[in-house]
Amino acid sequence: MTYPTPRLREHDPGDNRHTLSVLVENKPGVLVRVAGLFSRRGFNIESLAVGPTEHGEISRMTIVVNCADHPLEQVTKQLNKLINVLKIVELEHAASVQRELLLVKVRADTDSRSKVLETVALFRAKVVDVAPDAVTVEATGNRDKLDALIRVLEPFGIKELVQSGMVALGRGGKSITDRALRPVDRAAGGAGQ
Amino acid sequence: MTEQTTTAGARARPAGSPRQSHGPSPRDLAARTPARDGAPATRSDRQDGAADSVSPPAAAPTEMTGAQALVCALEQLGVDVVFGIPGGAILPAYDPLFDSRTVRHILVRHEQGAGHAAAGYAQATGRPGVCIATSGPGATNLVTPLADAYMDSVPVVAITGQVTSGLIGTDGFQEADIAGITLPITKHNFLVTRAGDIARTIAEAFHVASTGRPGPVLVDIAKDALQATTTFHWPVHFDLPGYHPVTRPHSRQVREAARMMTTAQRPVLYVGGGVIKAGASAELAELAELTGMPVVTTLMARGGFPSSHRLNLGMPGMHGTVAAVGALQKADLVVALGARFDDRVTGRLDSFASGAAIIHADIDPAEISKNRHADVPIVGDCREVITELLGAVRAEHQAGHQPDISAWWSQLLAWQTTYPLGYTDPADGSVSPQRVVERIGQLVGPDAIYVAGVGQHQMWAAQFISHERPRHWLNSGGLGTMGYAVPAAMGAKVGCPQTPVWVIDGDGCFQMTNQELATCTVEGIPIKVAIINNGNLGMVRQWQTLFYNERYSNTDLDRAAQHDSPQPGPAGAGPGAVTGTRVPDFVKLAEAYGCAALRCEQADRIDEVIEEAMKINDRPVVIDFIVHRDAMVWPMVAAGTSNDDILLARDMAPEWDVTE
Repeated sequence: MTYPTPRLREHDPGDNRHTLSVLVENKPGVLVRVAGLFSRRGFNIESLAVGPTEHGEISRMTIVVNCADHPLEQVTKQLNKLINVLKIVELEHAASVQRELLLVKVRADTDSRSKVLETVALFRAKVVDVAPDAVTVEATGNRDKLDALIRVLEPFGIKELVQSGMVALGRGGKSITDRALRPVDRAAGGAGQ
Repeated sequence: MTEQTTTAGARARPAGSPRQSHGPSPRDLAARTPARDGAPATRSDRQDGAADSVSPPAAAPTEMTGAQALVCALEQLGVDVVFGIPGGAILPAYDPLFDSRTVRHILVRHEQGAGHAAAGYAQATGRPGVCIATSGPGATNLVTPLADAYMDSVPVVAITGQVTSGLIGTDGFQEADIAGITLPITKHNFLVTRAGDIARTIAEAFHVASTGRPGPVLVDIAKDALQATTTFHWPVHFDLPGYHPVTRPHSRQVREAARMMTTAQRPVLYVGGGVIKAGASAELAELAELTGMPVVTTLMARGGFPSSHRLNLGMPGMHGTVAAVGALQKADLVVALGARFDDRVTGRLDSFASGAAIIHADIDPAEISKNRHADVPIVGDCREVITELLGAVRAEHQAGHQPDISAWWSQLLAWQTTYPLGYTDPADGSVSPQRVVERIGQLVGPDAIYVAGVGQHQMWAAQFISHERPRHWLNSGGLGTMGYAVPAAMGAKVGCPQTPVWVIDGDGCFQMTNQELATCTVEGIPIKVAIINNGNLGMVRQWQTLFYNERYSNTDLDRAAQHDSPQPGPAGAGPGAVTGTRVPDFVKLAEAYGCAALRCEQADRIDEVIEEAMKINDRPVVIDFIVHRDAMVWPMVAAGTSNDDILLARDMAPEWDVTE
């Protein structure tokens, strides 16, 4: 198994990663509509996270795509055409808080455990499970931090690893859900009834 | 011209009165066309609505089954005809449908026919077409017509039965995940598992299908939802918070477009099917005449601006005229109205109109700058866009900005007169396919609706028939669906019973869906079908002639492919060159379907046979025109090459710097 080499986002001009926050109606099949659109139009999703929002009827997807600006505009327009998509916002790296969750099971016997724990503390991660020959570490952070953690844990021996998609929120006091919620009512056959 | 409408369809009806006179008049129907920007109109204005329909008199909340709610919703939405085939899962819906006297059900022979018929109906009338199928194979047979309607932005509502909701996902009998399957080929789709959601979902489906950029919408309804009891309300209120098509163009963009249009030296209006869908033909004609700009009409836009108009240079693209292709290539300004820079129009994209600035108006923002960067993007309904452009261009004219484009026109006219469309008749007196198509257009006239399949005959019909009116030219443009024509013509004829409907079909296409001739005969839908029978998959054969070294692999429909005895090439015109498909015998086949059948094998009989067909209006007519198999569609831009390399004929390129 290989892990992506950590990248320094701000200084890498070849990096075309974009974070899209997509508000969708919380209805069955919406995830497949969005995911299907990406594959159909030939765009790769780097990561995708879906979850509920503060409004029961709205879910929020955070999608990380790696593409140039023109295709990004095209995919955003195509996403906007999906009837269940309410709003799309691109979250700039500097103007948003971006987090991923990592759970990693590291080989740690009596000899190496203290060294592992030291590393974990250094990254302000925490141990959530201990076994005689391994510890499971939980860490949150941006991709760079998690990549760095993986890199330093690797020499101990990584037995298993799982990582969530990225979730992100814009910085500041504003909410992107407010406007999307404004109800738009249409009636079929209003005339004369 | 008019023709008599048969009443054969009334035979099976309990009411005893001719169906078509019983139904609403075309004017009624027009009045019920869903408003472009608002809610669909209702049938409430009909005097006889209550007595005739399944719907309760005042549409007061009423207890009924989901199936009845479905039929009531269709009635309330003003649906006058649906095309379909019943089957297990959709069966509950067919019971109340049997009682509806405002919704006519036309029993097709294959669900694909229902889908194309719904599309043909929609393209001819502008109102959403409706098709119904059962679960599983019934639903999957709708896949091709739905994909076709999606590519050509046709408002079709497909209603499919689904297995009982408890069975969904268990591989039940005749179960197919049709919502999943049609996800990429519908504008939107729904799976309904509760009776109480049926009426609202149908209203939403019609709204989505017919507003914004039109498209197909599928509603899959579980059988138990059709059987359960619910309370029917009308009107239904629905909320589609993520759906807000923009129809009103941005005025600053419109002003900028007008400024460019009144300063360009070599402008051209590149008109697509959106102009027809928006009902903007009159406005377009006004804009063209106001600016004096040349117009090119794409395959989907034929009829949106009269072919005979002096400003119309013809069709651009792979088989376009030299003048239309040249106009785009050499333009300094391309004004795209409801067109999408399809690869068949642009040829190799990086050399398309390389010196031109682009104004791109479309109702779908995702089309703008998709293939070609737009310098001035305008999102909006074509009619509103053109109306605003008219005002803005007039303002520029008043400010004294009126360019002299006469040099441009003399160049365009030089191309037009030097390289007109043309063909040569065979010397042996056999029938030239182009002449058949041209004579049908001339004898039948521009009031008829022409429906083409896909291939050489389609291109000849686009080129050699003078398309003068919008919604009178139907074909499968985007998907290129062989077999589209017969069922689509059936739908168009049902929607416009007073209008002659002529199919120009190939012998290959015709064999894909001709079973719907049975429907036409039984239901009293007297279409005319002209088969351009060259015994081959002609367009494929043309490509084999040009690009595959005249190796005719599996394109001869009348003989099994043989490796060792190659058929004579185009120069050969040897045995079998003008025999056409004889298996099946199309005359006998048509007669078996209850149609009148004619055959024409000599050039001097073309007119006579067409005129004979025009006189028969009590049943469908099929004409088998046996034509030469080596006729080719010209001009041609080979796939993937530049429009600059358009060929007039094999190894024959136009001189671009020709003068009058």
